[in-house]
Amino acid sequence: MTFMAKPKVAHPELPRNALGLTRRDYEGSNSTLCAGCGHDSITASIVEACWANALQPQNLVKLSGIGCSSKTTAYFVSGAHGFNSVHGRMPSVATGANAANRKLHYIGVSGDGDTLSIGLGQFIHAIRRNLNMVYIIENNGVYGLTKGQFSASADVGTKAKKGEVNSQPPIDPVQLALTLGASFVGRGFSGDKRQLVPLIQAGLRHPGFALIDVLSPCVTFNDHEGSTKSYAYTREHYHAAVEADYVPRAEAIAVDYPAGESLLVPLHDGSQVRLRKLEPAFDTRNRANAYAYIDAKLHEGEYVTGLIHAQDAPEHELHAVNRTAATPLNRMPYERLNPGAATLAKLMARYR
Amino acid sequence: MEPTDTAEPDYFHKVVDCQWACPAHTDVPEYIRLIAQGEFTDAYMVNRASNVFPGILGRVCDRPCEPACRRGRIEDKPVAICRLKRVAADHRDDISALLPRAPEQKNGKRVACIGAGPASLTVANDLLPLGYEVTIFEQFAVAGGLMRTNIPAFRLPANVLNEEIGYIVSMGADLRLNSPIRSMKQLLDAKEFDAVFVGSGAPKGKELELPGRRDSDRIHIGIAWLESVAFDHIDKIGERVLIIGVGNTAMDCCRTSMRLGAKDVKVMARKPRKFFKASAWELEDAEHETVQIVVNRAPKSFVTKDGKLAGMMFEALEYDISGGEITATRVLGDEFYPCDDVILAIGQENAFPWIERDIGINLDRWNVPVVDKTTFQSTRPEVFFGGDAAFGPKNIIWSVEHGHQAAISIHKFCQGESVAARMPRGLTLSSRKMGMHEWSYKNEYNAAERRLVPHVGLVERFKKVNVEVELGFTAEQAALEVQRCLNCDMQTVFTAKLCIECDACIDVCPTDCLTITHGGEEADLRTRLRAPARVTAQPLVVSGALPQTGRVMVKDENLCVHCGLCAERCPTAAWDMQKSTIHWPHAGDGETACRPKQRQSA
Repeated sequence: MTFMAKPKVAHPELPRNALGLTRRDYEGSNSTLCAGCGHDSITASIVEACWANALQPQNLVKLSGIGCSSKTTAYFVSGAHGFNSVHGRMPSVATGANAANRKLHYIGVSGDGDTLSIGLGQFIHAIRRNLNMVYIIENNGVYGLTKGQFSASADVGTKAKKGEVNSQPPIDPVQLALTLGASFVGRGFSGDKRQLVPLIQAGLRHPGFALIDVLSPCVTFNDHEGSTKSYAYTREHYHAAVEADYVPRAEAIAVDYPAGESLLVPLHDGSQVRLRKLEPAFDTRNRANAYAYIDAKLHEGEYVTGLIHAQDAPEHELHAVNRTAATPLNRMPYERLNPGAATLAKLMARYR
Repeated sequence: MEPTDTAEPDYFHKVVDCQWACPAHTDVPEYIRLIAQGEFTDAYMVNRASNVFPGILGRVCDRPCEPACRRGRIEDKPVAICRLKRVAADHRDDISALLPRAPEQKNGKRVACIGAGPASLTVANDLLPLGYEVTIFEQFAVAGGLMRTNIPAFRLPANVLNEEIGYIVSMGADLRLNSPIRSMKQLLDAKEFDAVFVGSGAPKGKELELPGRRDSDRIHIGIAWLESVAFDHIDKIGERVLIIGVGNTAMDCCRTSMRLGAKDVKVMARKPRKFFKASAWELEDAEHETVQIVVNRAPKSFVTKDGKLAGMMFEALEYDISGGEITATRVLGDEFYPCDDVILAIGQENAFPWIERDIGINLDRWNVPVVDKTTFQSTRPEVFFGGDAAFGPKNIIWSVEHGHQAAISIHKFCQGESVAARMPRGLTLSSRKMGMHEWSYKNEYNAAERRLVPHVGLVERFKKVNVEVELGFTAEQAALEVQRCLNCDMQTVFTAKLCIECDACIDVCPTDCLTITHGGEEADLRTRLRAPARVTAQPLVVSGALPQTGRVMVKDENLCVHCGLCAERCPTAAWDMQKSTIHWPHAGDGETACRPKQRQSA
């Protein structure tokens, strides 16, 4: 970890967003992760995406569970709301918060352990309910906090730092999410911000559950020869199928991109994700095709990255299905939140 | 862009902007660090090794280091480098045991220095420890040259001068006061000396031949007038004084006038303020003392009434300025300014009426000696020039550096070596890493603003002509000001083959000076960096190809605050913090043990 605090001094010409803020205004406290951890780069990408989307810091909610990944919510947007929950239970807390206030933006940060082992049940139900949030998995294949045991995403044949070889097949969160009908599924790599930042920007605007699985090497326990999640291995085997650019609303209206090469995925606020296919056989909009393609590539030992699947308008969404109140509960008059003793007595009478 | 060659000694030297800008290459960050540690004596000695007169320069240096200071690019104001130098001088202990000593056994070579100013004194300082017998000829009854005669005592007290000149003279220089050299031919013909160094300064003030110039004795030449004040020949002046010219001599003239009884002092400038030659801080001090600065007035004539100076006629001017240059000038009309005295401070020149024209020392068509810019040798091999005598008026710190370089040449010349073969510059880098997250230096960024030096009150300072105006930093101020130094000599050193491209350094850099990107030409690279890099005077460092992707690490040196976070966050020690020590050669380096070892610490 870094023992020196990052000084407040900044480049005097840093660009400012629509709110007049620089990216430095979206930083959090000092990271306590190992120097060189992939998670810190993901944190920097979240900072960049929130800045570029000109998000009001107080309109963001950061949620996490337990693990190295889950510590990182402290390291970005210190002006946001935050909840560091129980191991694997972040989706429940996110669901509650979301139901109470749908006006906020929700970013959940979790790890492969938090999501694919202890929290797998919660994770799949969050997808099933199409909870409106960005769910980032910082995926490094090991339990870093407990010194590098294999996690549920470790590949068959990958080697632990001390030489042990993994024989259990992995759970791929991207394939899992596709089979469950997730409406926005992406995969990135902590070492490629050019790809990752637009993914997070688009995810923040997607009206439903946006899963972004990010390969994020564990520099201490999983960055050695024989590991399939090291920096060097990931660089050789990550395979960008589409190049995604986030196009803000104003620009999307102003520019009419030629169809064909570029594929535009409109987001509900008028902004767009512009996709450029790098693979002719790949179709982001077709779930079955996307699944088959990444499955085939996984068997070749390649991780497909980019925006893997996105629906223009998700069919169902938590708030619509559950008919939640549009007004955040904290803005609702007390009388509406609490109908009073008389109403309660009437209600209770029905069960007598 | 080819990978930057950081092995070239000047590369890391240039990163230490203050040291690179200093003509004598004073190790600024090192002495500021020593002050921070309370080691004032060591800080003084680090200074003295380069600039010889820390106490003097800590008060009156032209401070080329301060406009160069990186802090001035991060915030508005640079570190108060000059005033910290004075802190080291004010608080040092007795340093006599640390001074270089002349050996008992002389080397049999004799050197004459003409003029006892900063250049000659530096030559003596460098040559005496090598066994030379040095004789200094001075026309006045005291040593110091322009430092004594032209800089008023309220800026530079006599005891400070005496002390620092004394260090050199007591090394065994033969200082001959009241001994002007009237004939160079005679001196050379006597063959008493193996080499002669001319450090006689630029003692001739420029004239302003306008109508009426010769009609009054109340029109003075600035530097001659200051000299008369310094030697107590003049102790009063009229109530209304006009100063012509707006350089640093003009500032000394106006402020001296205020102390000799003047009530209304006007500095008359031909051009607008941004074209002034005076240092900003000297202008500020003068205006604080109620001196009025009048711009856009060109002198036209001196006006006398009944044989007495009545005032001066000026032309009021108007300028068109575009892109920082004057493009047109218009005369608006005449204006009369009454006065009792006029002081001309429009420049000075070197003058050599005592150098015969037929002795092999060539002078050019402006009567300036032909001097080699590197060796300071004249066209007569055993004669060397330095300071203002060589290339016209500059400042004290340049004179000191000329003295150092001339001493190298004289030493080589006397030892029968080639004068043109200069000694190589060097640079040592040593890692500050002691272990995981352990560094043998501290460089936390302190957001403190520049401290202001306390001054003596206006009433008190005008009581006598020699009341020193600046008091120097208090202990508390100095303690905070030293923390403003960014320690630019703690260099960020990158080893490409160790980099795993995890982006940690890029994410953590507070001033966004790092980028990993594909290689390219500099102009193109500058457009692809994480933050704008428009200051092309500050270099980009480009690494070789990184092992995993073949991209390159680019660092924009401009705004790096040397906080060391890149190295602290680097998992593979591809970034390291290494202290650079610059070796700027002086006469006899590496040959003798006469210079006591100086402590170098970080």
